[in-house]
This record gives sequence, structure tokens and C-alpha cells, in this order.
Amino acid sequence: MPANAFNGFTEYGVGIGLRVPHYRHILAKKPVVDWFEIISENFMVDGGRPLEVLDSILEQYRVVQHGVAIYFGSADKFNREHLRRLKRLVKYTNTPWLSDHLCWGSVDGRYTHDLLPMPYTFAVARHTAEKIRAARDYLEVPICVENVSSYAEYHASEMTEWEFLSEVVELADCGILLDVNNIYVSSQNHNFDPYDYLNNVPHHRVGQIHIAGHSKFEKYILDTHDHPVLDPVWKMYAHAIKLAGHTATLLEWDDRIPSFDEVHNEALKANKFRDKQLAATTA
Amino acid sequence: MKRSKPTNFGTNSSPQLPRKINSRAQLRDLQRAMANALFRPLNPQWGMQKRWIDGSSMEAVASEFIKPNDRLSSFERLEIYNRQYWFRTLDCLYDDYPGLRAVVGERRFMKLATAYLSRYPSNSHTLRDLGNRLEQFLTEEPQWSAPREELALDMVRFEWAQVVAFDGPAKAPVTPDDILDTPAAKLRLGLQPYLSLLELNCAVDDFLIAVKKRESDVLRGEASNAMEAAPKAAVRRKRVRLPKREKVYLAVHRHDNMLYYKRLDPEAFAILSSLGRGSTVEDACVEAVTASERTTIDWSAQLKDWFDAWSSLGWFCRRS
Repeated sequence: MPANAFNGFTEYGVGIGLRVPHYRHILAKKPVVDWFEIISENFMVDGGRPLEVLDSILEQYRVVQHGVAIYFGSADKFNREHLRRLKRLVKYTNTPWLSDHLCWGSVDGRYTHDLLPMPYTFAVARHTAEKIRAARDYLEVPICVENVSSYAEYHASEMTEWEFLSEVVELADCGILLDVNNIYVSSQNHNFDPYDYLNNVPHHRVGQIHIAGHSKFEKYILDTHDHPVLDPVWKMYAHAIKLAGHTATLLEWDDRIPSFDEVHNEALKANKFRDKQLAATTA
Repeated sequence: MKRSKPTNFGTNSSPQLPRKINSRAQLRDLQRAMANALFRPLNPQWGMQKRWIDGSSMEAVASEFIKPNDRLSSFERLEIYNRQYWFRTLDCLYDDYPGLRAVVGERRFMKLATAYLSRYPSNSHTLRDLGNRLEQFLTEEPQWSAPREELALDMVRFEWAQVVAFDGPAKAPVTPDDILDTPAAKLRLGLQPYLSLLELNCAVDDFLIAVKKRESDVLRGEASNAMEAAPKAAVRRKRVRLPKREKVYLAVHRHDNMLYYKRLDPEAFAILSSLGRGSTVEDACVEAVTASERTTIDWSAQLKDWFDAWSSLGWFCRRS
């Protein structure tokens, strides 16, 4: 399932996140990269250097928008100014799909700037799906929602996270940005089998996959995005593309960012799993 | 508009949450409770406070809505988010306000930033705006920057102006052809939204340059230091001498998407400020020249030089 309605019927290969420490290298050397993922909020500005950089990137590369602050799961209504700016950027980048997280992060107009977990209930799934549908109708672009890594669970939850994700995306008729590292992190923090998660989401809705590194502490794992991808996550990635097909894949590396080449080479390891999977299916 | 019924989640009382979330109102209650917990400052050991605002046990409050697991209590799980919130927001202010940090000192800066965020939690989707009420806060609560209240205020205004100049909106600059037929007595010019005009009581521009130079020198030193784990606070930094009290007029702007600050003569500042308020070019110039104490100056040549420079920098646009 390399291309589907949820990623705008594209086949984008392996990309990396566009990050400030790499700007100079990318603009000067113009390395070959399948695509860049940009953080929408970093470019929802009115002018200046960020938009100049974006213009240069758009001249050379395919760009997909990834957001961190729509907060589909917040009880609050959408911030209309946020959506207006986002739509302006969607038109500017011509992103084939747009992703953001299945989480909440603001209430009563106060922002935590975090990706906070949802209580997994049917009522919350309906509310969240309604907001995703409304956003898609307004933004006029396919939407994929990403599962977040989490460190806490609520008493109020009445289903597993993967059941909640499935419920939301079916109700919203939207795609999934499947973050296999986040599944791994949450599975370790909440004592579930990550393969139960992978096996039980609607694979035909997976429009994009995220991979990343994490950090292990004594009693929990933190989703730090400051390491290479760890082996258990690569194994899960191999399983994910077996189930969903070779899907647009993106490496996230957001802290202690090494050289562009190191990040890109780490991302390109994903191709090894794609080749293996292709060989297995054609054998 | 349908509203959720009043609850105690916005108050100091410990929350009593429904065990089931069957409505948007209940979801909001849960989110308010969690946000209130996250927004509470950490204790001096960078952990979550043991007591809720009303004195009740924080462990009990956390266990109202967060499940424990076999390794972590409800308190410890909530604490992860509490710490992440404060680490993220303090880190952001730390990076964006090096000048204010240098004025009040590193340790006091953290206290000031914590007090600021406690009073004014972020109201924007972007961390860029996190300091958008710092000036207001320092005006309302000058004790956080005492005895350098004036310098701290100048610095915050200056540093916020740089945020605006970095990515604020730009309008199409006015060209000579646009205004050719309009006499100065009728001509009104707008100023670019990214341009800030600051009347300051201290030379914070020179001071900030020195602070940034010192910080980059320290960073270079740290990068070449094998003992890379040394905590920031332990690095000995030579203090930059605080600026003397002097009147400074500053334009903070961008050109070719690079950030600049430019000192202005008092009369130039007066003219630009007056234009910004909607005066005609003639009125702005006459007012500034009349008020000037300088007598040995060719005003027509000076005004032409200024307007030529400002036009070439693209500062003028049509009034909205």
C-alpha cells in the first residue's frame, strides 16, 4: 500500500525532518533527499528568514507538513487563527497530506506545548474525530494522525490505545501516521506488547511512518529523538511495512542533532527493510 | 453557547474528577485538572510539589485521574509531564532572553521566568510568543528585576523587538513613484510592521552584543573541553559590565532577512514615531526640527539623508 488516499496517493520514500542546524548544508550542497518534513508551526509566520528558507527548500524538494499544536484532542474548539495560518501554509507548500498528533495540549486558551495523552473513551473518540473532520474540510488536504508516546494513563480510559486510534480514524475517515518508536516507548511504559498494537490498527489507513530514537531511564523510557533508531524499533518498522506496505517513512532527530549526513544515513537504513520486504513478497 | 457546569478545577481546591469521560465537559474537566498540575512550578529539586495548592497531598490529587503502574506511582507519572513542561518553557526563555538573563543573573532569571510563566502561562500555539507578556509582567512585578528594574525593562523590550523583526510581517515598500505626486503636507507613510522604535534609558544594544560574544566564547571553550559534562552553571563566566544610564533611540529591523539594530538621532526617532502615529511627513518633520536644540545643522540636507536611508532600507509602506 505505498500510496493511498491518506497520503494524497504519493510514493515519497524515505525523508528526514528539516532542522535549523542543517539549513546551511542543505542550501549549499543540495543533497539528494526523497522529501523533507517541516514542522508547520515553525513556518506559520508572517515573513523573514523562515519563509526565505522554506522558499529555497520548496524550489528543490518535496515537503510534507507535520504539526505539533492543532490538538485534535483538546476539549476547546480550534484556535481559528491557528487554522487560518495553517491553511495559508498548506496552500504555500502544496503538501500532499498533513499530519498532527492524536493528543491534547491546551485548555481554556492556555498552552502546555506538550503532546498529552487522551483518555481512551468512545465519547472522546467521537469528539476528536469530529475535530479532525472539521480540520480536513477547512484545510482541504488529507490528514494523518500520529500516535504519541506517553508516560501516563487515565483511570477513565475504557479501551486500549490502539483501539482508540482505530476508533478515531474510522470515525474521522482519516489516515494514520504510525510512529513505531512511540508505540515502542509507550509499550515499555505501559506494559503492553507493541506487536498487539501494530497488528490491530487499520493498516490500509497508514499514510506515513515515523521512526526515531529514545532514551531509557531506570523506570521509564523517554521519547527524546536524540539517538539513532534502536534495534527493537527497526524490527517493529520491518513488521509495520510488512503489514501496511512500503510507506513514506520519516526519521525524526530533534535534539543533539548530528551532521546532516549522519541523520540522512540513519534514515536511509529504512530502505534495507523495504528491500527485504519486497524480496520476500516477490519470492 | 453551551458551557460546562462550574467545577473546582480552576480553583485552589483539589480536583474531584469523574471516573468516566462521557462528554466534552468532562473531558475539559480532566484537561483542566492536568494542566493545572503541569503549570504548578517545580520544587527546588526540580520535582513536582508534594502538596496541592489547598495543602492536600499531591499524590492523592494525581491518583484521582492518573493510573499507577508496577514501577511508577500516579504522582511519579504526572511528575514526568510536570517536569517536561517546565524544562521546555524555561529552556525556551533561557535561549530567547540572554540579555535579560545577563541583567538579573542566571539564578534570578530562573526565578523570574518561573514567576512569569506561573502568572502568564503560554497563550499561543508557538513558543516564539512565550515572552510576549514579559514586559507587562516586569512592569507589574518589578521586584523580580530589582534593583535593575529600568535596565531589565529596556532589555525585554529590545529582545522582544528582535522576535518581531525576525519573522514579523512585511508590507510592500513604498517606492518614489508611489509618492511622487503627493506633497509632504499631505503625505502619510506607514512603517513596516517588523520595525520597532525604542526609546531606551540604557545602551542595551552594546550590552547585548557583549553578552552574546561572551556566550559564544564560552560555547567555543566548552566545545573544545574534554570535560564536556560540566554543568552550565559551573562554567565560570566573566561578567559583562552593565551599561551606563544614557538615552538611546533605537530602530530594530531586518534587511535581506538579517536582523539589525540601528541607533537614531532623537529628531530622527521623533519623526519616525510621529509617522507611525499617522502624522503627515511635513508635520512630523516640522515638529521634530522645532523641538530640536541643535542649531548648527542643515536640516534640509539632514532630512533628505534620513529619508533616503530609511527608504533604501524599505521601512516605509502604505498606511493600512
